[in-house]
This record gives sequence, structure tokens and C-alpha cells, in this order.
Amino acid sequence: MTHDPAPTNSGGLPGIPGVPRDHGITDLSEEESLAGRQVALIDLLDRLLNGGAVLTGDLVLSVADVDLVRINLRAVIHSITPDDPAPW
Amino acid sequence: MTTDSRPTGADVPPTPDGPNSLDSPTDPGTTHPATTDPAATVSYVYAISRAGSELDTKAAHLTGLEGGPLRTVTRGELTALVSSVPAGAYSEEGMRARLEDLSELEAVARTHHAVIEAAYATTAALPMRLATVYLDDARVRSMLHERRTDFGDLLAWLDGHIELGVKVYADPREAATAPPAPAPAPASAPAGAGRAYLQQRRAQRRQHRDAYRAAGAVAGAVPDRVSALARARVAHRPQQGELAAGPGENISNEAYLVPVERVAEFRQALAGLADDVPGVQVEITGPWAPYSFATPPTAGAGT
Repeated sequence: MTHDPAPTNSGGLPGIPGVPRDHGITDLSEEESLAGRQVALIDLLDRLLNGGAVLTGDLVLSVADVDLVRINLRAVIHSITPDDPAPW
Repeated sequence: MTTDSRPTGADVPPTPDGPNSLDSPTDPGTTHPATTDPAATVSYVYAISRAGSELDTKAAHLTGLEGGPLRTVTRGELTALVSSVPAGAYSEEGMRARLEDLSELEAVARTHHAVIEAAYATTAALPMRLATVYLDDARVRSMLHERRTDFGDLLAWLDGHIELGVKVYADPREAATAPPAPAPAPASAPAGAGRAYLQQRRAQRRQHRDAYRAAGAVAGAVPDRVSALARARVAHRPQQGELAAGPGENISNEAYLVPVERVAEFRQALAGLADDVPGVQVEITGPWAPYSFATPPTAGAGT
């Protein structure tokens, strides 16, 4: 791995520029959470489409169920690109 | 071509104007008449927390989907963070169409997330899955009442915790740059070029295989290192496709529920895990609101 070893409690984790590493979410200010942190969409979708408390709402019955999630993922997932061959 | 093939709303019974505000549970399977009225709104629920927190004042400063202001809806000891959205656009059909469009999906997801982040920064909150919609606030209140035990238990369980994501990647191309490059093919020997090419291909294949094996081993070591620091763990499906812009291929994609005071320790436990392993990368995401742990046990935990 080429990333510099992250010292305890401080920055430098791969792929998350600008995210302070050493505090819990409890001390995020509103400004930071709304503007300062752009999380990767795919990480967000993992959580919003597979996680979260599932309730039987009144109108959107199947949005939360697996079928629609699959539809979303089909829209999102494309096959391995030609210059990125299968690993074996 | 027939002109009368299922015009929108034709199968919806004649309706009173305005949302149905019956407090008694209605059959959740029925399409609500409000969807035919363009001005009608429904209540979109972002998160649930305990009543009496600062969320009431905070909500007034937040903006939800469609630019609508947030409000709190309270019943008993629980409060839901809610905003009004157009009934038509958030009907099952409307929602389905929008969520299949990646840019729409992203807009909805990011707004949903921003509200939950802000809420979670204020108080322990249970994030709802994307697109949880009720006919009106009265229905939200009855839902809070019906599920009060589940929600109370979950909030107590989640209190003081955040979620961290841990992903392990195999990156054979990075592995290929790590060891000394294979001896270059002698330029003066055309006959050797084919063999050199084959050797190079073989070496590449070996690097791929090794990187994947090493990544599997690193992924297996993650729970050993951090299980004692986490209250729970959920494995998500490894990420694939054009949105998976990580370094190489995602081998494992886990979420851990970690006490806030142990977050630093958690990161420390994983620091350096893959430093000496060429072609393997570990990425930690978060802190997140506990999305992956918000499913009541009765409804099945995570994936």
C-alpha cells in the first residue's frame, strides 16, 4: 500500500480528502455536515438503500424493498471496462 | 393504438379533497386519493429520535427535499423529523421513475443524508431508509405510537455510537509497480519478443492472483482487529460498477457500530494493516449516522 501510514487520530486516509479523522460525528457543526463533507455516492447508497429503518409507509410501498433497490443498482452498475480485465 | 389504456388515476376512487387525516390505521396497500391532486402533499420521514431534544429548534433551520422546511412530529416519547413533499412525485410510481435516474437518485439521497447528518449531530437519531412516506402527520404519529417499543430500544442501543465503514481493495496494478520491474525484453532479439510478452502476461496474472489473495487475507484480519471495539458489524455487498471509484476492486465492504469514544482506537487498530501488502488498500469511511444498524431486529438485520 502506497498511502502514507496515517498517524493516530489525524488525516490522510485514502480517498476522503478534507474529512477530519479525529472527531466523532457528535461534534460536527451543521455547516460542516451540510457543506463540508461530500461523501461518495456509492457509500451513501449502500446505506440509504440497504440500511436505515424500514417502515411500511403509506404511499411508497416497494421503494424500500429489494426489487427497487435492484433496479437502482442496475442503473448504477456497469460491467467491467475493457481496459480493466477480470482479475483471473 | 388505444387511447384509453389506463389513464393516470382512472382506477382511483372518487376522493374527498385534501389528504385523508384519519387517525386510525388505514390499509397501507391502497393508493391514496391525494396523489391525484397536484397540490397535495405527503409527509416524508427522515429520522426518528427521542422527543424533547434540541431537534425541535434545529429542524426549523434545515431544508429538506424539494426545498421544503423540516418540522418535528411528536407522539409520546418519540419525534420524527419530517418535511412535506408533493404527493404525486412521491407516489410509488413517481418515486420509482425518479430513483432510476441516477442524478435524481443522487439529489434525493444527498438531501436525505444531509438532514440525517444534521439531526445526528444534535441527538441520537434513527435514520429511515430512503423514501419513507406517510399520507400526513397524523399517520406519522400513529406509526410512532405503534412502533414505540422497537424505536425506543433501538435508540437506546445506538445511543453514543457512530458507524464506520471499512472497505478492502485489491489493486493488482499497484502491486505491479511495487516489486522490481521484470527484466526488459532484449531489444535486439526479435525471436525473444514473443516469449517475453508471454512471461510478462504470466507475471501480470500472478500479480493479480496474489493481490486478490492478499486482499482476502487483509479483509479477514479486519474483524479480528476491531470486533472488540465495536458493538455490531454488518457486511454490505462489495461495491462494483462505475460509481465504485475506489483504488482497485472492492473485496469487502463492512460497517461497524462504534462507541464515539472508541473511534480513534478503532482507526488505530486498522492503521498500517495493509502497509506492507502491495496491491491491497484499506479505506475507512465515516463517521456515519448508524444507517446500517437502524433496522429493527424483527425486520432482519442489514444484508
